[in-house]
Amino acid sequence: MAIRFSPRRAGAVVAGKIAGRLSRVMERGGGTALPGLLAYALDKRMVSALTTQIPQGSVIVTGTNGKTTTSRMIATILREAGLNPLHNSTGSNLMRGVATTLLDRTGISGNLQVGQESIGLFEVDEAVIPLAIREVKPKIVVFNNLFRDQLDRYGEVDSIAQKWCESLLDLPGDAKVVLNADDPLVASLGEVLGDRAIYFGIDDLAQGTGGLGHAADSKWCPRCRIDFRYSVSFYGHLGHYECPNCGLHRPRPGIAAELVASQGFAGSDVRVRTPSGNLTFRVGLPGLYNVYNSLAALATSCALGLPLATAKRALEKVTAAFGRVERVEMDGKSLYLLLVKNPLGCNEVLRALFADGQAKDIMLILNDKIADGRDVSWIWDVDFERMAGNVNSVVASGVRAADLALRLKYAGLFEDQPQMLLVEKNIERALRLALDRVVPGGTLFVLPTYTSMLEIRSLLAKTGFLMQYWEQE
Amino acid sequence: MRATLALTLGYLYADLMNIYADRGNIICFAKRCQWRGISLEIERLGIDAVLNPADYDILFIGGGQDKEQTMAAADLKQSKGEAVREAVESGVVALAICGGFQLFGQYYRPAEGEDLPGIGLFDAWTIHKGPKVPRCIGNVVVDWKGQPLVGFENHGGRTYLGPNCSPLGRVVMGFGNNAGDGTEGAVYKNAFGTYLHGSLLPKNPHFADHLLKLALFRKYGEVPFLPLDDTIEMAAHEAAVARTREGKR
Repeated sequence: MAIRFSPRRAGAVVAGKIAGRLSRVMERGGGTALPGLLAYALDKRMVSALTTQIPQGSVIVTGTNGKTTTSRMIATILREAGLNPLHNSTGSNLMRGVATTLLDRTGISGNLQVGQESIGLFEVDEAVIPLAIREVKPKIVVFNNLFRDQLDRYGEVDSIAQKWCESLLDLPGDAKVVLNADDPLVASLGEVLGDRAIYFGIDDLAQGTGGLGHAADSKWCPRCRIDFRYSVSFYGHLGHYECPNCGLHRPRPGIAAELVASQGFAGSDVRVRTPSGNLTFRVGLPGLYNVYNSLAALATSCALGLPLATAKRALEKVTAAFGRVERVEMDGKSLYLLLVKNPLGCNEVLRALFADGQAKDIMLILNDKIADGRDVSWIWDVDFERMAGNVNSVVASGVRAADLALRLKYAGLFEDQPQMLLVEKNIERALRLALDRVVPGGTLFVLPTYTSMLEIRSLLAKTGFLMQYWEQE
Repeated sequence: MRATLALTLGYLYADLMNIYADRGNIICFAKRCQWRGISLEIERLGIDAVLNPADYDILFIGGGQDKEQTMAAADLKQSKGEAVREAVESGVVALAICGGFQLFGQYYRPAEGEDLPGIGLFDAWTIHKGPKVPRCIGNVVVDWKGQPLVGFENHGGRTYLGPNCSPLGRVVMGFGNNAGDGTEGAVYKNAFGTYLHGSLLPKNPHFADHLLKLALFRKYGEVPFLPLDDTIEMAAHEAAVARTREGKR
């Protein structure tokens, strides 16, 4: 491929690299977005020019929940297959994050310096998909799911789905699209794609919960505007659906989990049917939402033509992406970090937490910075009521700790034992208090929102318990 | 021996219009009644359900996405709108949030396409100025008869009040109805419309109690209404007000 020297690009690259170096030296957030932001600002065609130079093309991963975990699973599969993913692994998923990832492998001439086995792997924010598709020109796009999340950033779920649909027109003609068959809005994207659509889903009806929860949305047929009839409901609005009027229904997934056996916090054993045969493996992360993430990764692997055995080896190696589900040992006690971003995700975490019937010690951290979503109304859609009888103690922390305390009061928690709920905005002090209440050998479950997760990890890293996130992988 | 006080709440379009967790208001009503020994029965009124005005002491409608709002508008026009107006005329308490508030006005004019008719309960109308005009999003503090209400607004539509339509309050910080005239919400008899999520009532217990008292006294005359310990509510209220102030600096 022709390599052209572009002074503008070279200048942008150099500026970005200097910014990245400075940012890391000054210890501000690992420099994972600033270099890209700067370079991208200086040369808007940077991403599209550089991605054309990636020998194996690119994969884009998006969705409301599970982008980072799914990307990490795909990265592990790719490496297992001898490929080298260029991956915005720290979850900085706006265009500047993509730009930084490319910048890290770009020489000062302004051209990409990577081997033949390199493949782009970009986790991309739902709202940025149209731009990312135009600039990256991926060979595969993975749409994991679409839930209400951070409404104050996006406005409405339907408009995101609409933008996704329009963005498919900008895909290269032979690009494949991996879609969650169990999510009606996502699955409907496949209608115009023919056999370029690759569906994954859960076929194991025993995973059904019996009835859609109140935090569910998009339950209506987009053509007829009447309720889908669900024969089984798995998680939020994901399930097996059919429109009683026009017959629009869940497409049959090529990659389907026929059997799921939950192993609690250790994960799930899954038997999956694929076009090239059956596969059984252990997903090392808890909850049905992680089964979906592993199916998305497996479907991507199949779309790339990688062997099933490779995918299995890789999936069984996956450790939790930073902060999503993470375990730390400290002071003779265990600490789980379980990121929560929206009602569905939070409800699923609570469901997994209380599955064994043992009372838990919990710390909730609610921030309302931009990355968390400034509107904290969503906590009223979380079933904190199910904490009753399932918790020993709760510490509420973060910028909006007072809102958490309010929500828990109205959830009927600790009406007779108000001292079991502690409110402490400062995360460091709150963590101390929470750990003090855990018996030796016990476990503290921490449920932070995004920026509070970053804060608590930073805290733990300073005391040596976790690697700073930009040092991983 | 006095029988237990009882109220009935009609929860309109509970499944359709809950985009911003406005069910928090229902939870608030339910608990504040429970803590006072008042029985609150909640009836969900979906599309095609029949609304008998005499059956309810309180009506509630939350916010929804455009698609859901269109469905609710059609249903209101066809069956329930008339009944809601009749109920409010007779003094029934109503709380309408965001999309629900818009539907209780005269009409909602989208950026493209036909006007969506409202039930005309409030002399107010809403106009969406298109995707290029920024949405009104952020924390908001409203002066309601000298007391602050705090919440979070997120709306593309701009609502304008007719000359005789009273607002719920004046914007202290935030955008309010139309980011222009400083009004927030609307009031007609015991019906209240507003753009405030949060959810609204939990952080504004004084307003929640105002609505409950209106409903209770209408039904039973002036019965004893116990104050509750609102320390936790007001701590969240104050924190939210402070947060709003930080954001607007």
